[in-house]
Amino acid sequence: MIYLHYFAKIREALGSQGEEIEFDEHCKDVESLLKILKSRGEPWTDLLGASIPVLVAVNQVVIKNNQVLCDGDEVAFFPPVTGG
Amino acid sequence: MEMRWLFSRRLPEGDKSDPLMIVIQQQDFNTSEEIKRLQEMSSTVGAVATFVGIVRDFEGQAPLCKLLLEHYPGMTESRLESISVEARKRWKLIDISIIHRVGELMIGDQIVFVGVASEHRQDAFSACQFVMDYLKTDVPIWKKAFTEEGEYWIDAKSSDGDAMDKWT
Repeated sequence: MIYLHYFAKIREALGSQGEEIEFDEHCKDVESLLKILKSRGEPWTDLLGASIPVLVAVNQVVIKNNQVLCDGDEVAFFPPVTGG
Repeated sequence: MEMRWLFSRRLPEGDKSDPLMIVIQQQDFNTSEEIKRLQEMSSTVGAVATFVGIVRDFEGQAPLCKLLLEHYPGMTESRLESISVEARKRWKLIDISIIHRVGELMIGDQIVFVGVASEHRQDAFSACQFVMDYLKTDVPIWKKAFTEEGEYWIDAKSSDGDAMDKWT
């Protein structure tokens, strides 16, 4: 299982805090996971297709490049942060 | 309403030789108490530098009614911890306290407290600024503004990224 989390603007636009998706060869890395999510159509395609800046964190660490996923990983999508 | 930001955790202070307090909470904090705690950490404390962030109205925008702060539980604490560990590598510090509020906040409310205790002022000043600069760009917390004319998520500022870059 891959545990997905959505935050802030992304969470609102998707109308979801997160979900679990089955781990298999179709989501072996972040790039292929994004492909699956974007294939769902709107609002996924637009949101995750660089229309707004989206950061991706794997197991609570922001990644800059594609990364291999393992069963049980936590992947989060969120906009640039604005705390403080 | 979804209330995923209802979350509060006090990390164990751990090794006494490396004290650190990170708290994410809804309720307010008392700056005097936090400064006193830092002052009393050790008889070698000679300086305490602090920063307090406060909710304010945005110039040129519709008047703010409230702010809503959302965060990523777990990652927020771990990022703050990493930033504190990095600060300890760069400066000689005795203790670091970070308190960040989440949930609904009004104009004038305190948002964040960063306090650093050290032997000498320069270490405390620099580390306090370092922690705040990284907190602004690296810690998964987001602000949503509610105004008389509507609501919107606050966008990240490039000046915050520039502030962080000066430390690299």
